[in-house]
Amino acid sequence: MDNLDQLVIDARTAFAEATTAAELEQAKARFLGKNSLVTEQLKALGGLAPEHKRERGAEVNRAKAAIETALAERREALREAELSAQLQAEALDVTLPGRGATPGGLHPVSRSLERIERLFRSIGFVAVDGPEIETDWHNFTALNIPADHPARSMHDTFFLEGRGDVLLRTHTSPVQIRAMLAHAEKNRDCDPMPDLRIIAPGRVYRVDSDATHSPMFHQVEGLWIGERVSFADLKGVVADFLCKFFETDNLQVRFRPSFFPFTEPSAEVDVAFKGGSLDGRWLEVAGCGMVHPNVLRFGGIDPERYTGFAFGFGPDRLTMLRYGVNDLRLFFEGDLRFLSQFR
Amino acid sequence: MQFSENWLRTFVNPPLDSGAFGHLMTMAGLEVEEAHPVAPPFSGVVVARIIEAGKHPNADKLKLCKVDAGTGEPLQIVCGAPNAAAGMKVPCAKIGAELPGGFAIKAARLRGVESFGMLCSAHELGLSEDHDGLLALEEDAPVGMDIRDWLALNDTCFVIKLTPNRADCLSLAGVAREVAALTGASFIPAPLSLVPPANDARRGIVLDAPKKCPRYCGRVISGVNAKAPSPAWMKDRLKRSGLRPIHALVDITNYVMLELGQPLHVFDNACLSGAIHVRLPHPGEELRLLNEQNVTPTPDTLLIADEARALALAGIMGGEETGVTLDTTEVFLESAFFTPEAIAGRGRAYGLTSDASHRFERGVDFQLQRPAIERATQLILDICGGVPGPVEETCADEHLPLREEVALRPARVRQVLGIDLEHEDMRKLLERVYLTVRDLAVELRVTPPAFRFDIETEEDLIEEIARLHGYDNIPSLAPRGNLAMLASTESARTQWDVCHFLAGRGFQEVVNFSFVDSVWERDFCANNAPIRLANPIASQMDAMRSSLIPGLVSDLATNRKRQQNRVRVFELGRCFTRREQGAGETGEEVPGFHQPRRLAALAAGTAFPEQWGESARATDFFDLKGDLEALFAPRGLTFAPVSVPALHPGRAASVFLDGHNIGVIGELHPAWTQRFELGAAPVVFEVDLDATLSALCPSNREISRMPTVLRDLALLVPANVPAERVLNALREAAPATVREILLFDVYQGKGIESGCKSLAFRISMQDTQHTLEDAEVDQAISGLLRHVERTVGGRLRV
Repeated sequence: MDNLDQLVIDARTAFAEATTAAELEQAKARFLGKNSLVTEQLKALGGLAPEHKRERGAEVNRAKAAIETALAERREALREAELSAQLQAEALDVTLPGRGATPGGLHPVSRSLERIERLFRSIGFVAVDGPEIETDWHNFTALNIPADHPARSMHDTFFLEGRGDVLLRTHTSPVQIRAMLAHAEKNRDCDPMPDLRIIAPGRVYRVDSDATHSPMFHQVEGLWIGERVSFADLKGVVADFLCKFFETDNLQVRFRPSFFPFTEPSAEVDVAFKGGSLDGRWLEVAGCGMVHPNVLRFGGIDPERYTGFAFGFGPDRLTMLRYGVNDLRLFFEGDLRFLSQFR
Repeated sequence: MQFSENWLRTFVNPPLDSGAFGHLMTMAGLEVEEAHPVAPPFSGVVVARIIEAGKHPNADKLKLCKVDAGTGEPLQIVCGAPNAAAGMKVPCAKIGAELPGGFAIKAARLRGVESFGMLCSAHELGLSEDHDGLLALEEDAPVGMDIRDWLALNDTCFVIKLTPNRADCLSLAGVAREVAALTGASFIPAPLSLVPPANDARRGIVLDAPKKCPRYCGRVISGVNAKAPSPAWMKDRLKRSGLRPIHALVDITNYVMLELGQPLHVFDNACLSGAIHVRLPHPGEELRLLNEQNVTPTPDTLLIADEARALALAGIMGGEETGVTLDTTEVFLESAFFTPEAIAGRGRAYGLTSDASHRFERGVDFQLQRPAIERATQLILDICGGVPGPVEETCADEHLPLREEVALRPARVRQVLGIDLEHEDMRKLLERVYLTVRDLAVELRVTPPAFRFDIETEEDLIEEIARLHGYDNIPSLAPRGNLAMLASTESARTQWDVCHFLAGRGFQEVVNFSFVDSVWERDFCANNAPIRLANPIASQMDAMRSSLIPGLVSDLATNRKRQQNRVRVFELGRCFTRREQGAGETGEEVPGFHQPRRLAALAAGTAFPEQWGESARATDFFDLKGDLEALFAPRGLTFAPVSVPALHPGRAASVFLDGHNIGVIGELHPAWTQRFELGAAPVVFEVDLDATLSALCPSNREISRMPTVLRDLALLVPANVPAERVLNALREAAPATVREILLFDVYQGKGIESGCKSLAFRISMQDTQHTLEDAEVDQAISGLLRHVERTVGGRLRV
C-alpha cells in the first residue's frame, strides 16, 4: 500500500524534474516501463490468491493510472513551454519599416483633369481628344474667327515653318468642331439628334512666358448641344462643377459679360472663396457662352433647331488654387521635390 | 482703355462710389482690370506763393523763404530745393499736415532757424518720381486752395479691358453712354459747336478708294501757335489716360480721340501740295513714318497722299515729313472714317499698332467725323489760336456701313437664355442702349446706331438683352437631359488607369514642353528634318518633339543636380512626325502630320529606395522590362534587339504586341549618359499609348481536377541564342497537355562549356480528363527536346 502511494509521489517528482521531452521519456521508462515497479507488481498479481488478486490489482491499476495522468500533464506542460520559448525567440521588431518601393504619383494637373473628367462624366459628358498641330480652319475660321479678325491678336499663335495653314492650337475649342462634325455625321438619320455632351482636356500653346503664362498650358473644353440647352443651364452646370471641384459651398461664382467669337452671349467666370488667403478676391477661372450659330453651322448642326453651350476652363489655374501653388512654371519643370508632394 | 474717373463723371455722374462704379462696369462687360487712386492719401497741403527766398544764415544749401499760404500772416519756411524762388507758386504743407506715408508736419528748427511748414516736390506728394525740386504750379493757382482740389487729385484711374466687339466704348463718351444706359443717370455729351469758317483756306479731297474710306473731313487752320502750352487739365487727363503729353496740336487730337472715339491726324499744311487723295499705293512707293520706320506699303494698305507723294498710312500712322512741329503755323486737320475691313490686320503686317488703328479696325462711329473736327477746331483755336477755314467733307454715302434692321424673336430669346421676358421688357432694354426698335407683335425689328459695329444678327441682340437684364438675374438651372447610361468598356482602359498603374510602381508623372531643341531631335531621334516652329519662344524650344524620351532624360539631369538620385518618371503626351499627306489619314487628322499619343518612362538609380531590408542594387533593363510587361499583363509582349541612336546598341529592344511594333525599351546610350553627366545609365521605354489602352475581357476556362506533373529541363544552347527563341521552340512542340513553360534559371560559367549557356525550364503538364501516365510525360518531354535540338541546336544538359 504505502509503497504504491510513494511510487506515485516519486513519479510526479521525477516527471516534474524532467525539463525536456527526452528526460521525461527516461522518467516514464523508470515508472511505467518493462522493469518498472508497476509492471513488476502487475506481473506479480498472477501469483496471488484470487481474493487478494482483485484487490491488489485495483490498487496497482489506480497507481498506474495516476502515474500516466501525471505523465500526460507534464508532457502538455513541457509542450507549452517549448512553444512559448519558440514564439519568444521568433519575435520581430515590428516597428521596422516595411520592405519595398514607395509609390509615385500623378502630376498635380492630371489629378485635376481626372477629377474634372469624373465630375462631368457623372452628368453624361464623355471625354474626347483632338490634335495639337491643328489646321487654321479648325482653330480659327470654323470658330467664327476669320482672317484679320481682331480676336486673332488675342491669341499669340505658334506657327510651323513652311506651312501657313497649320498651327499649334491656341485653345481646345477646335475639338468642338471635330466633335460636332462627327456627331452630326453619326446621327444623320436620327430625329431628334441625341444630345452631344463632351469635354476635351488637353495641351494648348501660346507665345507667352512669365510667372502666370506658360507657352504650353492646359485647357478643358466642354460642350453641350441639344434641343433645349440654355444660358441658364450653362450657369447651373458651371457653378455646380466649381463647387464640386473645390469641394465647398463657400464659393461665390459670378458670370461677367465678355466676348468670344465662337459664343454669344459670352461670359467670363470668376470665383471668390470665403476665408483663406484668397478671401473675397475675384479670380478668373473660365470663359463660356452659348455656341454661336455660325459655329454650329460649321459643325454641321442646325442652329435654329439646336442650341448649346461651351466652356473652357484653365485646369492649371484650378490646380494652383486648389493646392496653393503660386508659380505656374513649377508644373512644367519636372522637379520631383515639387511633384512628389501631390501623391 | 484707361481714363480718369473724374473725367468720366463729367459725362455721366451716377450716385455710386468709385468701387461700385467699377463693379458696375465690370458686370456690364467693361472689365475693370485696375483701379488706382491718382495720388496717395495726404492732407493739409495748399497752394502757396513764395514771397521771398533768401539765404539761410547757417547753411549754404538751404533757403529761408517767406511764404503766403493764404493764412493771413506770411509763414517762415526753411527749404532745401534748388528751384525755390520768389514769385513761384508751390504746394505747401502747413503745420498739422499729413504727407503720404503718415509723415506729420510740425513746427521745426532747422540749423537754428524756425520753420513753419514744408514746401513740397511732386515726389513728396507721391505724384511722380520727380525729385528735381519743388512742384511748380500754374500762375493762376489760387493761394490757399487745397492742392488736392487744385490738381484734382481726388480721382481714380480706371483701366478697363475691352473685348474687340465693344469698339463703341473706346472713348469717354462711349463708356458714359453705356453707364447711363445701365444706371439711368443722364448722359451729358461733350460741348459741341460748329466753328464757322473765318477764311476760305481749303484743300481738295479725293476719295480714290471710297469702299475703304467713304468719308473724309479736312480743314485748314492758319496762324496757329504750335508752341502754346497745353492746359494743365488737358495734360492731366491725357496722363491719367496713359498718354504722354507732347505738344498742344498733338495733345488736342489725342484728347478728342479719347473724348469722342474719333482718331484725328494733323498735318503741317505747308508741307502738302495739291488735293488730298485717299488711295492705294503705287508700286514701289515708300513712306517714312512718324516713328522713323521706313515702310513699303503692301498693295492693300490704304494711304493718305497729296498730289506729290504718300503722306501717311491711313488710320494707322502719319508720315514723318508732314507731321506738325513746334514751328508749324498752318495745319491741315484730318477726321476720316476708314472701314474696319480696310484697316484690320494691316498695322500688324508692319509690326505697328496705334491708338488710331486699334479703333478703326474695331469700328469708329461713321457719323462722328464732322462733330469731331469741329470739337478739335474749337480746342485748337482756344489753345493755339488761328483762323479756321471751312470744313471740306467728302462722302461716298453708298459705301458707308449699313445699319440694317435685325429681327429678334422673343421666343428665341427665351430658348437661348432660359428666362421669361416679355416683348415690352426686351424693347425697353434695347432702347436703353440707343437701339431703334419696331414691335411687330411676332417679332421685334431692331436697328443699331452708327457707333455699334457688333449688332448684325439675332444672337447679337440676345447678348445685349442678357447683358442689360444682368447675367446675375439669369437663374442657374440644374442640367436636364436624357438619363442614358454611358458605356463602360471592359476591354478598354483609360489613360488614368495607366497613370495609376505606373504611379503604383513608383513612377512620378511629369509634363514636359512639346517643343524641344532641334539638336535633341537630331541626336536622340536621328531626325534631321524636325517639325520646326516659325516663331519659337527660344532657340532651345524650336522643334516639335518626335519622342518623349529626351524630355525624361532632361528631367533626370535636372533632378540629379538637385540631389535626387533615384528618379522614376513617366510622361503621357503627343509626339509629332511628318508624313505624306493622305497617307493613313482619317478625317480626324491634320494632313501631313502624325500626332500619336505616347507613353514613356525612365528609371535611374537604385532598384528600390534605400532601406534596411534590401541591399542596394542599381535598377537595370530587366526591372523596367518587368514594369512594362506588368503594364500589359495578361497580354504578352515580345522583344527583339534593335539599334537606335538614343539607346545602348546591345541593351535595347523593339517591343511588339500581337506582332505590331509598339515602341522601344533600353538602356540610354553611354554617350548621352556621359554628356548629361547622369552617372549610371538610366533605362527607358516608350510605347504607343493606344496600345496600352486595350485590354482583354476575361473569360472562364474549366479548371482540371487531374494532378499536375512538373518536369525540369536544363538545356545547353549556344550563348548567342536568345532565350525567347528557345522558349518559342518549346511552345511550338508542346502538346496540349503542357500548360505552362517557365524559364527559371539562366547560367553561364564554370561547369558549362564555353560559348554555351544553360537555360532551365519547368514544364507543367496536366490533362483535363485523366491522370497523366509517366510514359505520356516522357514522350512529351523527349518530343520537346528533339524539336529544340533541331531548331535551335540545344541539347539536354547532363
